[in-house]
Amino acid sequence: MTEPLASTPMVIADRVVKSFGSHTVLKDISLTVNRGEVVCVIGPSGSGKSTFLRCINHLEKLDGGRLTVDGELIGYRQRGDKIYELKPKEAAAQRKDIGMVFQRFNLFPHLTVLENIMEAPLQVKRQSRAAASARALELLARVGLAEKAKAYPASLSGGQQQRVAIARALAMDPKLMLFDEPTSALDPELVGEVLDVMKQLAKDGMTMIVVTHEMGFAREVADSLVFMDGGVVVERGDPREVLTNPQQDRTKAFLSKVL
Amino acid sequence: METTGSSGQPERIVAIPLRHPVRNVVAVVIILIVVLFVVDAAFFRPAYDWPAVGKYIFDVRVSQAALVTIELTVLAMVGAIVLGTLLAVMRLSPNPVLKSVAWAYLWIFRGTPVYVQLVFWGLLATIYKTISVGVPFSSDVLFSWTTQDAISVFWLAVIGLALNEAAYMAEIVRAGMLSVDPGQSEASTALGMSWSQTMRRIIIPQSMRVIIPPTGNEVISMLKTTSLVTAVPLSTDLYTRTRDISAETFNPIPLLIVASIWYLFFTSLLMVGQYFLERRFARGSRFVDVGPGQENPTVLVGATPTAPVEAQPGTSTEGRSS
Repeated sequence: MTEPLASTPMVIADRVVKSFGSHTVLKDISLTVNRGEVVCVIGPSGSGKSTFLRCINHLEKLDGGRLTVDGELIGYRQRGDKIYELKPKEAAAQRKDIGMVFQRFNLFPHLTVLENIMEAPLQVKRQSRAAASARALELLARVGLAEKAKAYPASLSGGQQQRVAIARALAMDPKLMLFDEPTSALDPELVGEVLDVMKQLAKDGMTMIVVTHEMGFAREVADSLVFMDGGVVVERGDPREVLTNPQQDRTKAFLSKVL
Repeated sequence: METTGSSGQPERIVAIPLRHPVRNVVAVVIILIVVLFVVDAAFFRPAYDWPAVGKYIFDVRVSQAALVTIELTVLAMVGAIVLGTLLAVMRLSPNPVLKSVAWAYLWIFRGTPVYVQLVFWGLLATIYKTISVGVPFSSDVLFSWTTQDAISVFWLAVIGLALNEAAYMAEIVRAGMLSVDPGQSEASTALGMSWSQTMRRIIIPQSMRVIIPPTGNEVISMLKTTSLVTAVPLSTDLYTRTRDISAETFNPIPLLIVASIWYLFFTSLLMVGQYFLERRFARGSRFVDVGPGQENPTVLVGATPTAPVEAQPGTSTEGRSS
C-alpha cells in the first residue's frame, strides 16, 4: 500500500458500477476530487447522484470499479490481484473520517443537540466527556447555535436542525464531507442559513461533495460542477461555464428546465 | 355586497342542541337489566354464597397465593423482556446464524400452547435427572445436582412462563425497532458507529415509545396466564389455591368469585400503571421536551393534556424552542 501524498486526490472513482437487483443505478462513473476542492453534483432525480454519494462512504456496496478516499480503497482490501471484503469494524473505521449530511437531517431525536454532536466522538473515538463537550460547544458556536445546546432536535427549525447535523459530522474531524441534498427538505426562507455554514466550511478548505439543486450555491462556491444523468457523468467543468454554456444537449435540456 | 357593520362582536349562534331520544331509552333499558341482574344475584341465587365470598376474600391462604401470583408475573415478565429483546436484536442482526436461531425459537415457543410447555417443564426432572458441570471431553465431573433439588417447582413455573412470553415480547420489541426511521441507523453508521453501538445507543432507546403500550398488555395477560401453572404442577398460585380450598368445602362458586376479584384488582392496578407509563413515554415526542436536568417543570404541564403532536422533520417550528 502506498503512502497517501498531499498531492494525491482526495476521492478517485474509477469506473464505479452499482446495481439494485436488475436495475443498474450507476453505469460507469469516473470522477476525481482533489484536496480542498468543492464539487457540486446536479442532475434529475433517479440519475444516481445520491447513490454515488452513498457509495463513497460505503453505505452502499460497489458492484464494479474502484473507489478510493485519501488513497484508501473503500469497502475492500486489495492483496495481489484478489479483493477482500472489509470487516464491519474496518468499514466503520473508514466511515469515521468521512462526514455525511442528509436531506432529512437524521438527528437523534432522543438526545439533546449537544448529546447529538458528542455521541460519535464519545462512542467511536472514545474521547473524554469533557473534551467531546468542549469541541461540541465550539462547533455549535461555529454554526451559530451555541444557545441551543440543551434543546431537543424537535424544538428546532429545519434550518437549525441541518446546521446541528453539519456540526455533528464535523465533530469527527472528517477529511471529506458529503452533502446529500442538504437544503431540499427546508422551507425556502431557511435555505440561506444552511448554505452560509457550508460556504464558510468551503472557505476553510474542507473537501466537499455536494449533491444539490441550488444552482446559485454551485455557481458561487463550487470549484467544479458535475452533471449526472442515467448513471453516468454527462458533463463536468467550471460551474459558471457549465451553467451558462453547457456543451451536451442533455445538460442544456436539464438546465433549461431548472434555471 | 355589503360588508358587515363594524359595531361590536359578530352575533353568537344560540341553537337548541340536537336531542338523542333513542340513546336515552337504550341507556335506561341497559341500566334496568343490570340492576335486575345484580338484585337477582344478591338475594335470589344462594349458589353465589356471598357470605362465603366475604369470608374467603381476605383469608390468609388466599392473600398469600395472590402474592405468589404477583411474584410469578413480575419474575416471568422481567425474564421475558430481557430474553425477548435479545431475540429481537438477533432477528434483526445481519448475522444469518443468529437470525435463524431466533426464528427457530419463535417458531417453537410461539407455536406450542403455553400449557403444554408448562407440563414439559414439570417433567424436566424426569427427562434430565441430574445437572452436572464437568470438564468437556472427559469424564471428570466438578459439580452435580439432581434436577429436582436444583430447581424448585416455583422456578420451573417462572422459567416456563418467561420462555413462552419471550417469544411474544421478541415480536413486540422487533416491531418497536422497525418503527424507528431507517435514517437513524444510516446517520449513526455514517458517523462510524458499529452495529451494536447503533442498536444500543440509537435504535432501542427510540423504540421504547412503541414497545411500552403492548408490553403493558402482555403484563396483564401474564397475570392471568399464571393460573395455568397448576400444569407444572405449582399449587401455591391464586387460582390453584382457591380451587384447592373449594375442593375441601365442596363450594366452588364463591371461591371462583374470590379469585376473580383478586385478578380484577391486580389488572386494575396494572391498567393505572400503564396509563402513567404511556403518558410518560409519549412525552418524548412533543415539541416541548423537558429532558433531565431542565429546571422548568411548568412547560411540562402545558404539554400534557392534548394528544402528542409529532414533530415532522422539515416543517418549520421556528419559535417553538424552549
